[in-house]
Amino acid sequence: MDITKLTLTQTLEALKRKDFSEKELNEAYIKKIAIINPKINSFLEIKKNSRGIPAAIKDAILTKGIKTTAGSKILSNFIPPYNATVINKLLEQGVSVIGKTNCDEFTMGSSGENSAFGTTRNPWNLNKVPGGSSSGSAAAVAADLCAFALGTDTGGSIRQPASLCGMVGLKPSYGRVSRYGTIAMASSFDQIGPMTKSVADARLVLDWISGGDEYDSNCRKEKFTFQSQVLEAKIKGLKIGLPKEYFGAGLDKGVERVVKEAIKKLEELGAEIIEVSLPNSEYAVAAYYILVPSEISSNYARFDGIRYGGTRDNFGEEVKRRIMLGTYSLSSGYYDDYYAKAARVRTLVKQDFEKAFEKVDVIVGPVSPTTAWNLGDKVDNPLKMYLSDIYTISANLAGIPGLSVPCGFSEGLPVGLQILGKQWDEETILRAGFVYEQATEWHKEKPSL
Amino acid sequence: MKLTRDQVKHVARLADLPLTDEEEEKYSQTISKILDYVEQLNQVDTSDVEPTFNVTGQNNVFREDTTDACLSQEEVLSNAPKKKNDMFETKGVFEKE
Amino acid sequence: MTSLSLGGYMSNQKYEPVIGLEMHVELNTKSKMFCRCSADYFGREPNTHTCPICLGLPGALPYINKVAIEDCIKIGLALNCTVSEKSLFERKNYFYPDLPKGYQISQYRWPLCVNGWIEVDDGDGNKRKIRINRVHQEEDTGKLTHSGGVTLIDFNRSGVPLVEIVTEPDFHDVDTVRNYAKKLQRLFRYLGVSNADMERGDMRLEANVSVRPVGQKELPGYRVELKNINSFRFMVAAIEYEIKRQIKELEEGWTLKQETRGWDEDKKSTYLQRSKEEAHDYRYFPEPDLPEIRMKSDEIGKIRKSLPELSWDKQNRFIEEYGVKKSDAEILTELTELAEFFEVTVEHGKKHGVDAKAVANYIVNKKPNISVVLPTQIIEELKGKKVGVIENMGELGELADEVISENPAMVGVYKKGKVTVIQVLIGAIMRKTGGKVNPNKIREILKEKLR
Repeated sequence: MDITKLTLTQTLEALKRKDFSEKELNEAYIKKIAIINPKINSFLEIKKNSRGIPAAIKDAILTKGIKTTAGSKILSNFIPPYNATVINKLLEQGVSVIGKTNCDEFTMGSSGENSAFGTTRNPWNLNKVPGGSSSGSAAAVAADLCAFALGTDTGGSIRQPASLCGMVGLKPSYGRVSRYGTIAMASSFDQIGPMTKSVADARLVLDWISGGDEYDSNCRKEKFTFQSQVLEAKIKGLKIGLPKEYFGAGLDKGVERVVKEAIKKLEELGAEIIEVSLPNSEYAVAAYYILVPSEISSNYARFDGIRYGGTRDNFGEEVKRRIMLGTYSLSSGYYDDYYAKAARVRTLVKQDFEKAFEKVDVIVGPVSPTTAWNLGDKVDNPLKMYLSDIYTISANLAGIPGLSVPCGFSEGLPVGLQILGKQWDEETILRAGFVYEQATEWHKEKPSL
Repeated sequence: MKLTRDQVKHVARLADLPLTDEEEEKYSQTISKILDYVEQLNQVDTSDVEPTFNVTGQNNVFREDTTDACLSQEEVLSNAPKKKNDMFETKGVFEKE
Repeated sequence: MTSLSLGGYMSNQKYEPVIGLEMHVELNTKSKMFCRCSADYFGREPNTHTCPICLGLPGALPYINKVAIEDCIKIGLALNCTVSEKSLFERKNYFYPDLPKGYQISQYRWPLCVNGWIEVDDGDGNKRKIRINRVHQEEDTGKLTHSGGVTLIDFNRSGVPLVEIVTEPDFHDVDTVRNYAKKLQRLFRYLGVSNADMERGDMRLEANVSVRPVGQKELPGYRVELKNINSFRFMVAAIEYEIKRQIKELEEGWTLKQETRGWDEDKKSTYLQRSKEEAHDYRYFPEPDLPEIRMKSDEIGKIRKSLPELSWDKQNRFIEEYGVKKSDAEILTELTELAEFFEVTVEHGKKHGVDAKAVANYIVNKKPNISVVLPTQIIEELKGKKVGVIENMGELGELADEVISENPAMVGVYKKGKVTVIQVLIGAIMRKTGGKVNPNKIREILKEKLR
C-alpha cells in the first residue's frame, strides 16, 4: 500500500487501526518528497519528523524556529520567534509540519511564478503553472507529498490553485480562522484554509484551525462547530444558484463544458438549480485592485530591514507594483475617488450575494476561467494575470466561504467547481461538495509523476 | 488614467521604494493600464451606499487590561541585521517626525 | 537670529497670536494599547517589553485594550466632548525607524470624542473658553538614541496608549497655554488615567502658531507647527519666540508660509524643519485589523458616572462651601489626595471650633506631609495656636483682675515676696480660656497689676 495516497481522514483511521506508525507515515512522505519535489519545487523547507500527521504549510504562515520566507528574498533568513495561531492549533491535534511550501512572493500572484525561489510546477503537466498564490501547497497535495496543506486566500489563492491542480481547497468565511501569525497581504480579505485530498478532510482541518482567538480581533469569537457529526450525504432539495455573470465572455469553452456537466450532476443528485444574478460582480476585480493594494502598501511598510529581513529594494516586481498602486490610491487627494469609492462598490458586491442567498443555499460556478496555462504566459501582463481571479475575488470582497472541488478535466488538465456559501455557512458548501465528490470519481484521479 | 514618471517618482518616495529608471518606466506603464481598468468603478452609482471596511459585522472587540509575558530580549533581537547595546541599529536619522 | 534682536516686538499691540494645541498624554494602563506587554516601560532594559505586535513582526495583529478606550472617553467627557456613536481606528502611514509597523494606529476621520470645551484662565485671570476639536486614541512609538552617526532603537515604549487632545486655535497668549497645560495635567491625575509627568514625557505638546492683525476675525492663511519639542518649558519658549518672529516677518513685509519648525535650545530660537511642499502625506485609511467601536449611551452614562469630582468643580466648591481663597483652593485641589486630606481635616476641625479657612491657611502655608501628619494633629496644633489668639489688652486685663480677686491668698503670698506663685495665677487664666493666652504676655500684665 502507498501510504501517501491516503486522504487525511483515511490516514487517521489507518493510524488508529495501527496499519502503520506515525514514523512510517512520515518516512513515506519524506521519501516521496525527495523524489518528487525536485520536479515540482513545491517545498522551500523540509523538516524530517518521526511523529505527527505531516502537513505542508504555506510559507506565509509563521512557524517558530522554522525559516519563513513567504517566497520573498527580503525574508530569506527570517526565523520567526512565534507560531501562527493556526500552527499552534494544528500542533495540539498531533499534526507536524513536514515542510513550508512555495508561493508567490507574499502571496501576490495567481500562478506561483512570483516566488523569489523559483516557480512551482503543475504536477499534471510540468510546463504548466500550478496556479497561485498557494502554489506549493496545491502541488504538494496533488502530488501526495503531505497528508494535507494550509493555504491562504485573499482573492482566490486557495481555490484557484486547487482548481488548477485538481484537489480540494476551502476558503472559510472571513473571520472564521485566526490570521494571527500569518503574513498579511490584505488584512480585510485574507483567510487561511485547508487544501486537501478530499472534502471530508477539508471539513476536519477547518474544525481544527477555526475558532475564536484572543489575538485576532476579527476572528469570530464563538467556537465553530459543525451541526452534524459526519458530513450528510444528501443534497435533495438544496437550492443551488447559478449566476449568469459567471458564464459570460472570457470563460474557456472546455472549462464551461466541464462545469456545466458538474451542475447537471448536482441536479441529478436532487438539487434545485436556480438562476441568480450578481450584477456588481463585473466591478469586483476593479474594486479589489484598489482596496487590496491599498492595504498592501500599509502592511508592507514594516519591512524596513531594521528588526528583521533585508532592505526594501529586495521586494520583487509584483510586490513593488502593488505597493506603488496602493500608495497612489491612498495618497492625498485620491482617497475618495479610489479607496472610498472601491469600499462602496464592495458593499454592493456584498449585497448582491445577500440578495442571491435569500433565494438559494449555495452558488456554483467555475473557479478559474481557464485551466492551468503555460509557464511564462502572463508574467508580462499583470492585468491579464489579475483577471484570472475574476470568479474568486468576489467571495473575498463579501467575506463569504468558497470551496473548490475537482469536477473533471479539459484537455488533460483539472477543472474545479466553485461552491460559494452564505457568510459563516461552511457546513452547506462542504455538504454540497461532499455529495458531489462521492458521486463522482474525479477526486480519485492522480497525476503521474 | 496615465501615471507619469514624475508621479511614479513621487509615489515611490512616499512608499520608500528605491526604483531604477527601468522600473519607473515599467511601473508608469503597467500601473497606468491598471488604473484605466479601474476607471470602470466610476460607472457604478454609489451615492447612497455606505463603504464596507470590515465584513465581520462585529464591533467593540476589546480585551481586558492584563499583561502577558513578552518575548525575551534575545528573541526580539534574533533577526536584526544590525544591533548594538541590546538595541536595533540603523543609519543615523536626526529629524524626528 | 537670537531672541534678543526680537526684543522690540515683544510689546507689539498690532498683532494677535492665534495658537492651537495638540497634546499627547500617555495613559497609565497596565498593558499596552494593542498588545499584552507591560506598559511600565520607563527605565527598563531596552527591548525587554516587546512582543510580535508592538515590534511589528510579520503576521502580528492588534487587539484593543478596553481600559484605554474608557480612559480616553473619561478625558473626553471631562472636557465636555460628545462621545461618537461610531468610532474607527485608522492607520497613519509614514516611515521612521521608531515606528515599527510603518504606520501608527491612530484616529482621523472617526475620533472617539469630539466638540468639547474647557475654561482656562488667561494671564490676567480672565476666563477663556477653549474649544476642544477632538480627543482620540492612538499608540506611542519606540525610542531613538543617536550615537556615533548611527541610530539605536528601543521598542519598549512602542504601543503604549496615547490620547491626543486637539484644541481649536483659541489661544491668544502664552499664559493661557501654560494654564491649559497645568489644568489638563491636574485633570489626568484626578481621573487617574496618567501620571502626567512632564519630565518623563507623559505629556507632550505641539503647537500651531500664527499671528493676525488685532481686530481680524478670520484665521490667518498659514500656520507654523511647532513639533518634537520634548520639554514643556522649551515649548513655551518656542511659542513666545515664534510669535515675535512672525510679527517681525510681517512687519518687514514678508508673507508667512505653512511650515514645521523645531526648537534650538542652544540658540534659543526656532528653525525650519519642513516646508509645506515637503509635508507628509499620511494616507490615512481605516485599520482593517480592528472592528469599529460603537458606544451606546448607557455605556457612556456608566463611564460618566464613574468620573470623580473634577479639580475645577472641587475648586469652586471649596471657595463656595468653605470660603477658601481662590489661590488656596487652587493649591488644595492640585492633587485629589491633598483635597481629600483638607476636607477630612475641616470636618474634624468643626468639632473643635476650628474653621475651614484656618485649615486651608495652615495646609497652604505649612505644606504638611500628608502621608505622615494626621488631620487630628493639625487641629490640635491649630487649637494650640488659638491660645495666643486673645491679644486684646482690655480682655487680658479683665482676665487678670478676675483671677486676682478670686485668689486673695495667692496674691498675699506674692506680695510677701514669693513671686513664683504668679505661676498659679497664670495657670488659672489658662484653664479659664482653654489656653488661649500667651503666658508671657499675661505674666507681664499680672506683674503690673500686683505691683
